[in-house]
Amino acid sequence: MMKLEAIIQPSRFESVKDALREIGIEGMTVTEVRGHGRQKGHTEVYRGREYTVDLLPKIKLEMVLPDALVNRVVDTILKTAKTGKIGDGKIFLSRVEEAIRIRNEERGENAL
Amino acid sequence: MKCAGWKCSFSLVPVLGTILLAVVPLSAQQTPAASATPSATAATPEIPKAVNEKLAQLDKDVKAAQSSADNAWMLVSAALVLMMTGPGLALFYGGLVRRKNTLAIMMQSFALMALITVMWALVGYSLCFGGDGQFIGSFEHAFLRGVGADPNPDYAGTIPQMTFMVYQLMFAIITPALITGATAERMKFSGTVLFLTLWFLVVYAPLAHMVWGKGGLLNASLGGKFPTLDFAGGTVVHISSGVSALVCALYLGKRSGYPKQPMPPHSLVLSFIGACLLWVGWFGFNAGSALAASSLATSAFVATHFAAAAAALGWSAAEWFKNGRASALGAISGAVAGLVAITPAAGFVGPMPALAIGLIAGVVCYWMVTKVKAIFGYDDALDAFGVHGAGGTIGALLTGVFAQQVINPIFGAGKAVGGLDGHWGQVGNQLVGVSIAWVFALVGTLVLLKIVDLLTGVRVPEEYEIEGLDITQHGEEAYNLES
Repeated sequence: MMKLEAIIQPSRFESVKDALREIGIEGMTVTEVRGHGRQKGHTEVYRGREYTVDLLPKIKLEMVLPDALVNRVVDTILKTAKTGKIGDGKIFLSRVEEAIRIRNEERGENAL
Repeated sequence: MKCAGWKCSFSLVPVLGTILLAVVPLSAQQTPAASATPSATAATPEIPKAVNEKLAQLDKDVKAAQSSADNAWMLVSAALVLMMTGPGLALFYGGLVRRKNTLAIMMQSFALMALITVMWALVGYSLCFGGDGQFIGSFEHAFLRGVGADPNPDYAGTIPQMTFMVYQLMFAIITPALITGATAERMKFSGTVLFLTLWFLVVYAPLAHMVWGKGGLLNASLGGKFPTLDFAGGTVVHISSGVSALVCALYLGKRSGYPKQPMPPHSLVLSFIGACLLWVGWFGFNAGSALAASSLATSAFVATHFAAAAAALGWSAAEWFKNGRASALGAISGAVAGLVAITPAAGFVGPMPALAIGLIAGVVCYWMVTKVKAIFGYDDALDAFGVHGAGGTIGALLTGVFAQQVINPIFGAGKAVGGLDGHWGQVGNQLVGVSIAWVFALVGTLVLLKIVDLLTGVRVPEEYEIEGLDITQHGEEAYNLES
């Protein structure tokens, strides 16, 4: 099992979600987050005072996947989340030791 | 060429006005003259008596009808002016502060709606409009004694004095509320309440009497030494509050973290709604100051609207030129600046001068708020001085330039009023009025702040400021996102 965390542009979120549903991914956790990598922020001006806003709004997707699905999901996200500009975000993968479904205590990939 | 065009348009106005003046009395006189002629020719002893009774009855009916019409407009105007404080100003200021201070700033406006109302009933109205002193009213109408259905002919001869009283009250509410824009995000609630109550008694009441009260030093129509034109409160409301706001900002000092830490407005949506309510409410403020549903009210209504529009464009254009963009906050701030500047002029100028006053105010206030404030470094948090102090001063001076007797022959029929009429001395009178208002507000505010500082203190401790005034002063939050 792998955990996938993807930080993407808010404007790409709907397309990514739809594409993932098409390849059969039904579970995900989505968070509205703020941050920045190499992308610079923007400035806002209120009555002549300038403010630099460097933490930009992003969407974070989290899902835990059976090993067999990982490559397909990564490909789908890469394809649909890309705009080609700085600020498109990143995908992080990490190994997961165990998953347990709270309702019936199923374990491992069956619990996903 | 341009100059000739200007002169042309201004000379047209008096000409048109004279024609109007000539036509209106003629048509008005025709009816009574026609009805009077037959009665005079058929003169038997009984008929004139019956006719006289009938005429007296008609006269009474006409007066009653006029009184009803004027009273209807004045009650609506009073309600419109109250709407400027709550919700207008409360939303405008509420959106400009940081989230943690939203309720505190709104509560300050609301507290004044309650507090000044009570003070007004006890002594406020009387101190502003009682007696005929040079500097302050009297206790003649304390506890609203003698204020009832009968008109007070000194001020408004066609409406109940009770209506005049409640209309003027709404001005007394919004004026101290404007000052909270400069003290925002750091002044104690107890200190604010005490200071603004005293300020109303010590600064507002005398100034209102001097400018609008019978026998007041600056009164233009009821025997003042320096006749200052102030139709709806350029000196009384905007210079007084704006200059006091600057004193408060200097006395309190900067907000913790200013200007390094960003302090952007938490909701320009609230400010936007507030500014639009202010614009609408201002029709009651300025057109209502005609104190009748008259053609002068229409003239003031139009001037008010035109100045607001021109000022919104002026501020936006300046901003566009400077930053390459026109912001929503800029447009609404410009409109408010224009409304401030036209306030003293509203009942004295035509639509074209109103556009000019608005445009000038929009550009100058933009410069005050963005440049002058930065140069001197005072923390006028929501720009009460930059908009009301500066806009009020510009408006009061330009009133002396643009006032015309065709709009309002306040000095008597045919007598020049402002500079464009040929009476440039009026600009000097305006300057005297403006200077007295400035000095009075400056000294009064400084003395009162010292006193209040000793009694309750004026500023919250820094840790309260960081936590926010909503929680530390009122024990509640504007936005409980978990509930």
